[in-house]
Parts: sequence; C-alpha cells; structure tokens
Amino acid sequence: MTSLILRTATRYMFPPLLVFSIYLLLRGHHLPGGGFVGGLTAGSAFALYALSFSVAAARKLLRIDPFDMIATGLFIALISGLPPLLSGEAFLTGIWWEIPIRPSVTVSLGTPIIFDIGVYLVVLGVLLSLVFLLAEEE
Amino acid sequence: MILLPVLPIIIPLAGAIICMFFRKNRRIQQTLAVLFSVGMLAAALSLLMHVRGGDIAVMNVGSWPAPFGITLVVDMFSAVMLTLGSLMAVVVSLYAGFDLARGHIRFGFYPLLLIMMMGVNGAFVAGDLFNLYVWFEVLLTASFILLALGGEAPQLEGSIKYVTLNLLSSALFLAGIGILYGMAGTLNMAQLAQTVQEGGHSGLVTMVAIMFLLGFGIKAGLFPLYFWLPASYPPPPLAVTALFSGLLTKVGAYSLIRVFTLIFSTDPDFLHSLILIGAGLTMISGVLAASSHYEIRKILAVHIVSQIGYVMMGLGLFSHLSLTGSIFYLAHIIVVKTNLFLLAGAVHRLKGTYDLHKLGGLYKERPGLSILFLISAMSLAGLPPLSGFFAKFTLIMAGVQQEAWLMVVVALAVSLLTLFSMTKIWAYAFWKPAPTPLPDLQPIRPVAWIAFLLPMAGLTALSLGMGIFAGPVFRYAQAAAGQLMNPAGYIQAVLGGG
Repeated sequence: MTSLILRTATRYMFPPLLVFSIYLLLRGHHLPGGGFVGGLTAGSAFALYALSFSVAAARKLLRIDPFDMIATGLFIALISGLPPLLSGEAFLTGIWWEIPIRPSVTVSLGTPIIFDIGVYLVVLGVLLSLVFLLAEEE
Repeated sequence: MILLPVLPIIIPLAGAIICMFFRKNRRIQQTLAVLFSVGMLAAALSLLMHVRGGDIAVMNVGSWPAPFGITLVVDMFSAVMLTLGSLMAVVVSLYAGFDLARGHIRFGFYPLLLIMMMGVNGAFVAGDLFNLYVWFEVLLTASFILLALGGEAPQLEGSIKYVTLNLLSSALFLAGIGILYGMAGTLNMAQLAQTVQEGGHSGLVTMVAIMFLLGFGIKAGLFPLYFWLPASYPPPPLAVTALFSGLLTKVGAYSLIRVFTLIFSTDPDFLHSLILIGAGLTMISGVLAASSHYEIRKILAVHIVSQIGYVMMGLGLFSHLSLTGSIFYLAHIIVVKTNLFLLAGAVHRLKGTYDLHKLGGLYKERPGLSILFLISAMSLAGLPPLSGFFAKFTLIMAGVQQEAWLMVVVALAVSLLTLFSMTKIWAYAFWKPAPTPLPDLQPIRPVAWIAFLLPMAGLTALSLGMGIFAGPVFRYAQAAAGQLMNPAGYIQAVLGGG
C-alpha cells in the first residue's frame, strides 16, 4: 500500500516531526509538553515511516530494538531519582545544576529533565513495539 | 535511612529493567531474579530491624512534605508483610527455573514477576490512598499478563473473569477515593484518619467504607465476591499460582486491615460486625467448596478463600488480640499456602497430573516430598505444634474473649473441615496405592531432585520454626497489632508534632 505521495511526504515530514518531539520534550519543563507527548510525537514519526515504507525499514532506521529502548528509558528514569541521595535528600527530589555556557549565560539543568528523557524513551519504545508488532502480524 | 523505605520499590524495578536487557537469556534472567529478590528480602529485613523498636519509618518522595506529596510509611505490619512477600519472591523465582516452559520465560516471566513485586511492595508501603490505588494497578497489570502467560483456553477464561472483576473492584475503590477526597480534601491516610475521627460518625463515611470493603473484598476474595478466584488461580503455570496465592489476595487483606483500623474505625458496631459476618460466610463457603473438588490445585485454590475468612475474622472482632491473630495468621498462611502449591507442583512434575483419582502411592516412592507435604498440610489445618495452630488459637481466644460464640464455633468447624480436605489429599495422593501404576514422567537425578525440593524444605522449616518459636513471632504480631490499634502513633509519625 505504499504510495508515492505518502512516501515523498514522509521524507519531508520525518525530520521536522523528530525535531518537534525534542522541542516538546525540552519545553515540558515550564510549559505544556514533556517526555510523554514528546515520545508520542517521535513515535508517530516512526509509525508514519513504517506505514509508508515498511516495518523492516523503520526498524532499521530506529537501529535499537524498541524493547531495549523501554528498558533504557526506565533505567534513566530510575537513575534520575538517585542524585538527591548524595546530598542527603529524599529519593526523586529535584536537584538543579547551573551550567555556565558563556560568561553571561548559564543553563540550569536538573534531574526532572533526566526523568523526562527516560519517559520519552519509554513512551517511544512502548508505542513502537506495539505498532511494529501489529503491523508485522499481517 | 533516607533510602530505606523506597528500596523495596527500587530494587525490583532495577531487577526488571536489567532482566529486560537480557530477555533472550533465561539463565541470566533467573539468576538476576533470584539475586534481586534476595536484595529485596535484605531491604525488607533491615526495615523490620529498623521499626522493631516501635518506630515508624516515614519517607516523603521528592521531599514534598507529608499531606501534599507522596508519603511512604513503614510500620511493623508493613515491614512484616514486606519481609514475607520478598521471601516468597525468592522461593518462587528459585522454583520457576524448574517449572516454567521456555515460552513463558521468553514472554517475560521474570521481569513481570519483579514488576508485580514492585506493585505488591508499593502497596505495603503506601501512605496515601491514591498511591495505594496506583500500586494496585501496577501489580494487577503485571498479574493480568502473568495469568494469561502461555495462553491456554482455561487460562484465558480465568483471566477474563479476573480482569473484569478486578476492574470493577478498582472502579469501586477509585470512586470511594473520589468521594473521600471531596469530603475531606486529602488522601493522605494519616490526615484522613484525623479528619474522619474529628468529623465523627457520619453516614457518608460509612458509605465510603462499604465501597472500600467491596473493592478490597473482591481483591481479597471475601464472600460473596470471590468467584474469580477458583476460576483464575488453578490454570496458569504453578509458579504463578503459588506466587498469587501467597501475595495477591493478601494485599487485599492487608489493605482492608490498614484502612479499617486507621481510617474507618469510627463505627465498629456496624462496619466491623459486617466484616465479621462476611468473614464467617467466607470461611464456610470456601471450605465447603474445597471439599467437593478432587484436584490438588483446585482444592488448594478454593481453600485460599476460607483462609482469608480467618484473617478477616480478626479484623471483624477488632481487638488487640484478634488483630495479633490476623497478622500471625497472614504470616502463617503466606508461607504455608505458597509451599503447598509448590509441593503440588512437584507432584505434577513427577506424575503429570493433579487428579487425586489418578495419583497414589507417592509416600512409598518419594518419602521426602510426602513429609514436606504432610507438615505443611497439617499446619494449614492447624494441628499443634505447627504455625497454623498458634495462629488459629490466638484468633479463637480473641473470639472467646469477646464472647463471639457463633464465630468461634464456625472457626473451629471450618478448621476441622480443612483437616478433612488436607487428609483427603494426603490419603488419595500419598497414602493409597495408585489405581493404575503411574510411572514418573521422566527420570530425575537424586541430586537435581534434592536441589529442586530445597525451596520447599526451607518454607516447611520456616513454618515449623514459626510454630516452635511461636513466642517471638507472636510478640512481633502483637507489636504490629498494637500499632494498628493505636493510630495516633501513625498519624504522629507522618504529620509530625504540629
């Protein structure tokens, strides 16, 4: 069912969708967005690719087995709870670091973003393992 | 100390994650599952040591202060349940290596086992009703898949009943939570206890309590809400059944005891009498249903129902002594019941059937296995000096003290019928000669057989130990019950002095 129009459109759509998913992930800090919706967007990009080309091609493009992605995401989310323990605070307490980039510019990075990256990977992994398995059933 | 209350949740999660990475290698997965279960047990034991003196360990996840954030609370009762739960995980993950088909492992038995343990442990440490609900969902989701693992027809039938009834129960539970939140404006259990006590006795509180009773009652297998249990417990692989019998209904029972001692303790005349009636009917119907079956697995599964009745009897009587009895009984039943299921699995591994009409003469062939079974079965029936005797004795003493004569008579009669069921298994499977000689499915080397029996022998020894050292066990249960009867300590520990 691969159509030329869909394939061409997918080629154009795929990179912006992924970039947008990262944008959503990072934006989720203070504004609507976050790991969950970012992961869904990235997942829809890969699902679109699988529909317009083939599941095998999408798997090849992803490079990582979705199950490994779920496990990695869970692992990252778990790890994000650990840093506060070093300073004697409770598990999962938000810890922030100020990272100077240029003399006048600092970026504050914290454990919540690490947790969100974990969520992003879990959602992406779950979505793709479902989509790939269902699409391969035929 | 800061990490301690959350360890029983983190350890199985970490184990499940690592098992997922090694999902193609069953040997590594099994080793990991055993290792992480042992780690979980170690964490639970250190928590038990920590709260032994009567302290209550409290942790606010993410440092959000108590009535607002997620609070984990470990008192004596929680610590005892955590320890026993982790112990069962160790035993079952050891046993599963022998019992499970390759397919089950490939579909993720070990990660699911650990995730389920995470849910079970989470429910034991949750200090917040909504959090308790979330942990219930975690363990139920994992248990749905474990039940259906393998995908044979009776399994799927059982799973559908299990899923449907559990969804209904979760809905009731959630609705109860919603009403409670609307009423009190909080879901922190300690604060709820305070609010409900101050607000005194009101009709709405009683109604919500009934919703919780129904919701948890379905999960615990209380009369008349236990239909799912006989249908869904026997068919899955035995390691799954054993784990479920040891833990799932017990989490329901734990939650009932927790909620009805801490929050809904304002109207015991009505609520606890209702529980008591339910408990009596649960005991009777469970044991009668069990005596009509002729398959070891089914007899044991249906018996779970009647044992939940005993635990609930202690809650219904609602005194220090009766709750001590409930906790002692819970501890006893988790160990003995899991062990009986595993031993039934051993019989199945030898002969390929659970049918009492086909089995026979096992005592002659396998005296070791038979003795292990006999000890556990007699302990379940409550013969002295085994653990079941002391647990039942405590409950019956509590009944006598409160002059609940009918309940005492029911408990004694059910105990007698339990003895009958256990003797039936013993006489049919072990004692009488086999109707037609039943050869072993495949020869097992003696060394492998002994290694296989080790977990069961360990549990049997534990059950014996709980009988012989009933004094210390009783004191632990008494301390736990003391904390439950006096919620002020719990409230103080969570919300602090002011």
